[in-house]
Amino acid sequence: MDQTNTLPVSPAAEPSHDQIQALLDELKPCPDGNLIGLLQQLQDHFGYLPAPALVQISRRTRIPLSRIYGVVSFYAQFYTSPRGRHTIRCCRGTACYVRGGRMVINAIRKNLGIDDGQTTEDMMFTFETVACLGACALSPVVMVDSTYIGKATPRRIDSVLKSIKAEGSISQERQ
Amino acid sequence: MPQEISLTIDNTQVNVPEGTTILQAALNAGIDIPHLCYDPAWGLPPTSSCRLCLVELEAAGSLVPSCSHPAAAGMVVRTDTEKLRQTRRMVIELLLSDHPHDCLTCDKAGKCDLQKYAYQLGVKQPSFPVDPIPIEPVQDGPAIVYDRSKCILCGRCVQICQNLQISEAIDYLGRGFDTRISLPPGQSREQSVCTECGNCIDVCPTGAMSYAAAEGAGREWELETVPTICPYCGCGCTILMNIRKNRVVQITSHPDLGINKGLLCVKGRFGIDFISHAERLTAPLIRRDGKLVPATWDQALDLVAQRLLTIKNQFGPDAIAGLASAKCTNEENYIFQKFIRAVIGTNNVDHCARLCHASTVVGLARAFGSGAMTNSIEDFEVTDCIFVIGSNTTECHPIIGSAIKRAAVQRNAPLIVADPRAIELTEFSTIHMQQKGGTDVALINAMMNVILAEDLADKQFIAERTEDFDQLCKAVEPYTPEFAEKITSVPAADIIRAARIYAQAPAASIVYSMGITQHTTGTDNVLSLANLAMLTGNLGKPGAGVNPLRGQNNVQGACDLAALPNVYPGYQKVDNPDLQAKFEKAWAAKLSPKPGLTVVEIINAAAQGKLKAIYIMGENPMLSDPDVNHVEKALKNLDFLVVQDIFLSETAQLADVVLPATAFAEKDGTFTNTERRVQMLRAGLEPPGQSRLDWDILCDLARRMGYPVSYDHVSQIQDEIASLTPIYGGITYDRLTHQSLQWPCPDADHPGTPYLHKGRFTRGLGKFHPVEFIPAKELPDQDYPFLLSTGRILEHFHTGTMSRRSEVLDELVSVGAIEINPADADRLAIADGQNVRVASRRGQIEIAARLTDRVAPATVFLAFHYREAPANRLTIAALDPIAKIPEFKVCAVSIQPA
Repeated sequence: MDQTNTLPVSPAAEPSHDQIQALLDELKPCPDGNLIGLLQQLQDHFGYLPAPALVQISRRTRIPLSRIYGVVSFYAQFYTSPRGRHTIRCCRGTACYVRGGRMVINAIRKNLGIDDGQTTEDMMFTFETVACLGACALSPVVMVDSTYIGKATPRRIDSVLKSIKAEGSISQERQ
Repeated sequence: MPQEISLTIDNTQVNVPEGTTILQAALNAGIDIPHLCYDPAWGLPPTSSCRLCLVELEAAGSLVPSCSHPAAAGMVVRTDTEKLRQTRRMVIELLLSDHPHDCLTCDKAGKCDLQKYAYQLGVKQPSFPVDPIPIEPVQDGPAIVYDRSKCILCGRCVQICQNLQISEAIDYLGRGFDTRISLPPGQSREQSVCTECGNCIDVCPTGAMSYAAAEGAGREWELETVPTICPYCGCGCTILMNIRKNRVVQITSHPDLGINKGLLCVKGRFGIDFISHAERLTAPLIRRDGKLVPATWDQALDLVAQRLLTIKNQFGPDAIAGLASAKCTNEENYIFQKFIRAVIGTNNVDHCARLCHASTVVGLARAFGSGAMTNSIEDFEVTDCIFVIGSNTTECHPIIGSAIKRAAVQRNAPLIVADPRAIELTEFSTIHMQQKGGTDVALINAMMNVILAEDLADKQFIAERTEDFDQLCKAVEPYTPEFAEKITSVPAADIIRAARIYAQAPAASIVYSMGITQHTTGTDNVLSLANLAMLTGNLGKPGAGVNPLRGQNNVQGACDLAALPNVYPGYQKVDNPDLQAKFEKAWAAKLSPKPGLTVVEIINAAAQGKLKAIYIMGENPMLSDPDVNHVEKALKNLDFLVVQDIFLSETAQLADVVLPATAFAEKDGTFTNTERRVQMLRAGLEPPGQSRLDWDILCDLARRMGYPVSYDHVSQIQDEIASLTPIYGGITYDRLTHQSLQWPCPDADHPGTPYLHKGRFTRGLGKFHPVEFIPAKELPDQDYPFLLSTGRILEHFHTGTMSRRSEVLDELVSVGAIEINPADADRLAIADGQNVRVASRRGQIEIAARLTDRVAPATVFLAFHYREAPANRLTIAALDPIAKIPEFKVCAVSIQPA
């Protein structure tokens, strides 16, 4: 999980004013620019869209803050609160369902102790279910960050989560 | 001109210009098509989201939304077929499927478009199970309530907020069934950019957006709607008073009415409840044993008549003065000055225009021959460049502020703002020149220096229409941008850029207000702006001009009708023997040829004991005038003080007799707005208690003093004004009942004048005046290191007599605060919200600090609305030598944590 190192040390902490300004100086938002692309880059960097950053984008682009929130809240891909370091997405589509997807979902809930849409207290995992991940041939499908796990079973998932937890704690110690 | 095309709508042939929508074409032909998300009256682009305005095109057999589909030649359109009725019913049924069916108790019933169309289409039993969206109404702030369950997501409110009002506060939030109209989440209304104008309420087709205080207060069929003119600023917006049981339930507006075209600001919409406030004066008061006690009208008026006559006989008429009111009607001001001039026999009559635009009246009269806004509010829709200097337009003239923002945002007209503070308009500006307070002449001279040096002047205009150009050239020669930078602290490059943009625009408009006028160099500032406009030929054409924004709803009218010490109505000089004779004949009285005293001179004369009595109609010098400690001493030094007002103001509390007058909502008459537009106001309420019309009180008093005068109705006064005042010559009551008119309007056939000085200046040639920079009277020093500027805020008005008695406005801003730059506050260890002691050489006050980088370091800003912390205890009564306007915008103060 090499991307771990690019994330802030504590994802729960809001990025500082200087961090936001530095990123925006780099991204150079402008009034005629592509708002969605800009928001995606911002989210890639911070893991979510911090409110002060949206205010800054509004100032720099002259796009009303209300309209920016209109866009942000319309798309499921955008998050306005801090997320876990790792996002576990589990499919609840028809193909996955008939091949035992529900058991996988229950296993993840049990393992992490959270429900759909929640984040673990240690900010390690965010769990969400989605309508389809577009890989029905591999059903049931789980995505851990950007990696697909096909033909998932409760046991397989438990072992994946266990190894992430172990690695996460190691990488934290290293830092 | 677009080509005319012909189409057929419901068997009727309709001719419209190409580009017209089918809906508009149908409306032109008197055919109504149901529509919910789009209201053509507002002039906003259609969104075609509600699908109710679908029509059938015969050739294609298809249904298209008529609000956005252009009419085409030869098109055959059907607007009412069974197929369409079915489709529309389905739209309404779907909307009603998640809408509460509570029309029985909904405040919007009778005025709701959804209800109207459900009725028209006969939707009795919904085909879908009714499952209202379970979201509670949100009321954040004192006025506006949003009920998602009644919202049909048409987006009209979003459009008006973003495209007309340009607050850009609300938008859609979320997706699907969760979609709602919202401020940015997590922001309260107070934290957001919402100005609480409430325009979203008027435009809402259902009961989703509403005014909290109007809930349960009466519905459409119980309300009487009376159009009148807003009593706050000089914009002169038309408001609709919705009245039930002699009480204004709600103020609304309409896009077809008035200069505001349906827009209102927070004061106009929510600040009117003061008229029904329990503290309204309802009976005359007479001072007995030091206390004001109720009396009858006979007792009060006999006492006033007797005391004024005694003082007149003993000390002469010039020992008496009158202060008229920019809040009263034209007719009342006319009667007031007639009373002072004809009955008392002095020209000692003035009003608060002295404190705001005296320098405009004097300066523009010298340069052009007429001291008023040259162009119209409508011109902001066509101008190519706007130069705003010394005007916080969005707060002090919100409707004009929105027009300026629209020009900048929607038409990309360059906006140049020169203001010592970062105001809302600077966020929309191409350039913000943050000059030091009181250095405007240097700044404007430098702009003219650039224009001359770069050969951008309008030579033809200068040659044909002006005089004394050589003197101007000599005067501005030393003011290079670099030299001006040292004085103003505005970077030379910005001055050069601003000068180029202004000079190169085909039609550029100058907008200014108190930031220019309220200086000891106020007249100089105004003359400089007049020079700048003449230099670039920006006069006598649409979209150009020198546009002073008048502060009070009728300050223009009070000036026009001669509540001024040196002129008769229509700016006819009192020291001109011919005019004196004309008015002596008309008023059957001997008149004084000697110009009278101005506001501050009246106060000074009272302090010195030269003046014995003052009659004040609807003014509050105890808060509005500079150095109020001095004002208090002066008023207490009088033998006799009469105050005629609607509340027991700070000034009325010092009076010997207080006469209860009527508020704007209780009277007929006319106001003249900032663009010289005379508009009619209409009585909607009965006056409280024994209070009487101002002109009626004055006429009664005049009769008791032996001057026979009486009118049955204000129309008679208006007609008398027209007969004596050439610029109002064609402005008769009859014409005003169905239109408004901009003076000059010399005769009954004249259509009024949207812009002045077309082809010829009022004085013949425009006159350039060479103006040198002179520093302000009192600048910061070691003992008083801060520069204090005073002004207004959006939510309150002047001395707060009205706005602070409005529940909504008072809740929005209940206490004052002084704006301090965070760097200064840090140095003085002052926290945001902490109380500070502000002192000048004249007095001190205690008030909370608001830390903001709106103000530059070493400067502070304070609004003058607050009786508990009167800004004018600090200000200096130093006067402009010509216009006698005080320097409210610059004085030196010290600041300490309290």
